[in-house]
Amino acid sequence: MRKPIIQFENFSFKYKSQIEPTLHHINLTIYEGEKVVIVGPSGSGKSTLAHCLNGLVPFSYKGEMEGSVTIKGQDTKELDIFTLSQMVGTVLQDPDGQFIGLSVGEDIAFALENEAIPQEKMVRQVLNVSKLINMETKIQSSIHELSGGQKQRVSLAGVIVEEVDILLFDEPLANLDPATGKHAMALINEIQKETNTTVIIIEHRLEDVLSQDVDRIIVVNEGSIVSDLNPNELLASNVLESCSLREPLYIKALKYAGCKVMPEMSPASIETLKLDESKDKLSEWYEATSPVTYEKKDSPILELRDINFGYHKSSTTIQDVSLTIHKGEMVSIVGKNGAGKSTLSKLICGFEKIKSGKVLYKGVDITEDTIYERSSRIGMVMQNPNHMISKHMIYDEVALGLMMRGVPEQEIKERVEETLKVCGLYAFRNWPISALSFGQKKRVTIASILVLKPEVLILDEPTAGQDLRHYTEIMDFLTELNSQGMTILMITHDMHLMLEYTLRAIAIADGQVIADDSAVNLLTNSAVVEKTNLKVTSLFELAVKAGIKNPIDFVTRFIDYDKEARVIWR
Amino acid sequence: MRKLSIKTIVAIGIGAAVFAILAKFVAIPTGIPNTTVQTSYAFLALMAVVFGPIAGGLIGFIGHTLNDALSYGSVWWSWVIVSLFVGLFIGLFTKRIDVENGEFGTKQIISFNVIQVVVQVIGWFVLAPVLDILIYAEPANKVFTQGAFAGISNIITVGIIGTILLAAYAKTRTKSNSLTKE
Amino acid sequence: MAVEMLSYIERKSPVHSLSGSTKLIIFMLYSTAAMLTYDTRVLVGLFVISVAIFIISKIRIREIGFILAFILAFLLLNNIAIYIFSPQEGVKIYGSSHALFEIVGRYNVTWEQLFYHFNITLKYFVVIPAALLFIVTTHPSEFAASLNKIGVNYKIAYSVSLALRYIPDIQRDFRIIAQAQQARGIDISRKEKLLKRIKNASSIIFPLIFSTLDRIEVISNAMELRRFGKKKKRTWYNGMPFRKVDYIVLVAGFIILIASLVITFYDGSRFYNPF
Repeated sequence: MRKPIIQFENFSFKYKSQIEPTLHHINLTIYEGEKVVIVGPSGSGKSTLAHCLNGLVPFSYKGEMEGSVTIKGQDTKELDIFTLSQMVGTVLQDPDGQFIGLSVGEDIAFALENEAIPQEKMVRQVLNVSKLINMETKIQSSIHELSGGQKQRVSLAGVIVEEVDILLFDEPLANLDPATGKHAMALINEIQKETNTTVIIIEHRLEDVLSQDVDRIIVVNEGSIVSDLNPNELLASNVLESCSLREPLYIKALKYAGCKVMPEMSPASIETLKLDESKDKLSEWYEATSPVTYEKKDSPILELRDINFGYHKSSTTIQDVSLTIHKGEMVSIVGKNGAGKSTLSKLICGFEKIKSGKVLYKGVDITEDTIYERSSRIGMVMQNPNHMISKHMIYDEVALGLMMRGVPEQEIKERVEETLKVCGLYAFRNWPISALSFGQKKRVTIASILVLKPEVLILDEPTAGQDLRHYTEIMDFLTELNSQGMTILMITHDMHLMLEYTLRAIAIADGQVIADDSAVNLLTNSAVVEKTNLKVTSLFELAVKAGIKNPIDFVTRFIDYDKEARVIWR
Repeated sequence: MRKLSIKTIVAIGIGAAVFAILAKFVAIPTGIPNTTVQTSYAFLALMAVVFGPIAGGLIGFIGHTLNDALSYGSVWWSWVIVSLFVGLFIGLFTKRIDVENGEFGTKQIISFNVIQVVVQVIGWFVLAPVLDILIYAEPANKVFTQGAFAGISNIITVGIIGTILLAAYAKTRTKSNSLTKE
Repeated sequence: MAVEMLSYIERKSPVHSLSGSTKLIIFMLYSTAAMLTYDTRVLVGLFVISVAIFIISKIRIREIGFILAFILAFLLLNNIAIYIFSPQEGVKIYGSSHALFEIVGRYNVTWEQLFYHFNITLKYFVVIPAALLFIVTTHPSEFAASLNKIGVNYKIAYSVSLALRYIPDIQRDFRIIAQAQQARGIDISRKEKLLKRIKNASSIIFPLIFSTLDRIEVISNAMELRRFGKKKKRTWYNGMPFRKVDYIVLVAGFIILIASLVITFYDGSRFYNPF
């Protein structure tokens, strides 16, 4: 007999500052020991749902509630946030915000300190937990010495250091590269077995979540639960597509090939997937699609020659990097955190001064040019739009760079309006930026760079933290720019982005270029994939499984086919 | 003291860090040797208005102490106390300005500036030099001149940047449901 | 402008192994003594003790050289400023005038003025080693625990810890923002007019401040979810317990403070007058 641990009964919630309720009539039961994934596009209410469990709603974010939420038989309305957090441990999305202590040990101990547990007991407990997450050698380390994955493990340890009944993960994969994400999922699995807890994961990167078994996937859209199925059933349905959530690529390929995906095929992961008669269909589809040829671009716009750089006299962050980018290319730069890819983009823009080597723009040496001089040729869009936006109104923000250059007012007006039209922001030109969504803000920052008419655009993680709809919006916009002749470089660890949008990818490891090839070749090369913390794309595995003789070509054809399918959609 | 909310505590901690960074990196040279426009006081004024006198005073105190200690290896206590004073009293006297609900019109701008000028005049023109004389027995005319310079430049900074910041903050607080696409 | 910042220097020394609270109290006693006294004998005595502690700490001068150079430059400027503003301050204090040589008008050089400058400079030299040592020998993690132990409300003590934790993050954000804005042509150096510089600076501090306000919200939530502020007191993972040596050092500290005050005020003046 399964025992319910969380029960939503006809539950609705409206934030104080909003007119419409965010959650409508939610009915949901989660049982002890289950592992449940909640997915949904941004703004669907999935984060609010999580906040209702840990008590941030209604204790930190005020609003009106109807119906009830019961956890372990107690109505949360009757509890307080401190009692609730003893039952529900939350691992937040932003590891830099969640990591409060100055060192690993201190951060793990934070909750114990607040309970006034004696020091000796704390030290013992912290040591035990740090073994569980494989960080026992790093107890003294400060946060600044840790990688993204390690920070997240510490956050998890800080929650399980006390006994909790429910573990809640708010987008645990958002800041992780694919390989680290896979490890994180495995660790969550292990911890659940070890501590015997109920696990709830809020996430939209479904393919990565499914690298481990889960019991149920709940899909939330527009404040309601639209489906509550096990992974195999869900993937066999059309729910994901209709909620604009990303399906795993191998499922998409099966559908393109005209295979009917059935729960019996156990499509939840590529490893368990049973192909049977679909094999033939995949082969047929492969034969039917025509091989792809790309025209080679050959007019160098940006050249790096033997670049060396280090932040300190003794360190080398970038070592002998040489590469050539051609006009009109769209290229992704990939690599682990700290491999040097962001540093490389800073060197190109002149934010940091190179130690030796040359940067050429259209054959002219620009190594000695200042940030400002380079900025009219090469534009850089930062990962976090909040780091760039300094004005209240959209128009003023986009106009800022031109004002600083002393461009006449009439010309500013024309150029800004033109840019806003290109970016699809013209209708909002008199809006305050604070009223925009994250994706729209991103577009404002792109507009504020485009208005300066650079010919090369560098974007740092352009799609980080975006759901499929916003992701597609941004990427379609960039593709459009690219087709008008803009050269685009993207720093990313998003494999979908790489495969679907950029023909060429440059892989960096330890400050050196380790591969410069087509994105497809790169993501099917296990040596490179390992060094850059990526994963071999599931398409490749599908092709191997289906017995297709040239799996790499299969991936290429899929990408090409998919591109056209998406154009037709639009 | 038990009433201090977690948010206020975090505002004090993060505010002090930002104050120290601004004091260290965003000092604008005025052209007069050794005199810089300290943008950190504009930020201090914003935090004091938004989070109240205790946060304001402690951000000034902790932020200034940390910056002195980490950048200079010693703490100039007389001026640290003035930072505490400025944050505390700007916070205290601007309690009626409801910037949290988007209210920051001409009336509030005037009252904010009157308050900041009065508080800073007392702080920099009187308190700082007097403490310098008491603690360090420095010559009166030197410290009064220094105080006056610092006072004038900080009053101007808070007057310009502080006002812009508060106005911008108030705007982010206004409800945006009246917006239509054009 | 010193771009580098002082930070904890790991080492095994008797000074390092003292509890942070002890060091904090000693630092405060020392500062108080140095602030109140102008008695040259006391200052020299305190200076000798400072240097002795510095040697015991095994911190090398070159590790803090960048800060020392900075302080020396500051002291030089300050001394020049004092002389320009008040060349007769020494005469006023010590009540006599032994002129060494004349320059122009009231600007002569007297033994009294030189002695006054010597005392001011010495005052700094007394405090600087104590302050420096406190910063480089106390682990930042222990700092909040120490503040709490000497009676500061634990919530406020924790806000200091938060400041130390987030200074590097905010510094990194600041760099990113400044670079992004420079690329758009924003300049706060001397090349621009003052008013424009002030306006330009707001383009840099704007994004910094507003991303900070967002961050405050995230961190408050994280702390609340881990029950910060639930009880009236809290314990500290990194707190260092008091040992016998701590008590001995503290008693010695108090004795030194009292002794220096007695010597200073014995004759009714803060100043030691050799003239």
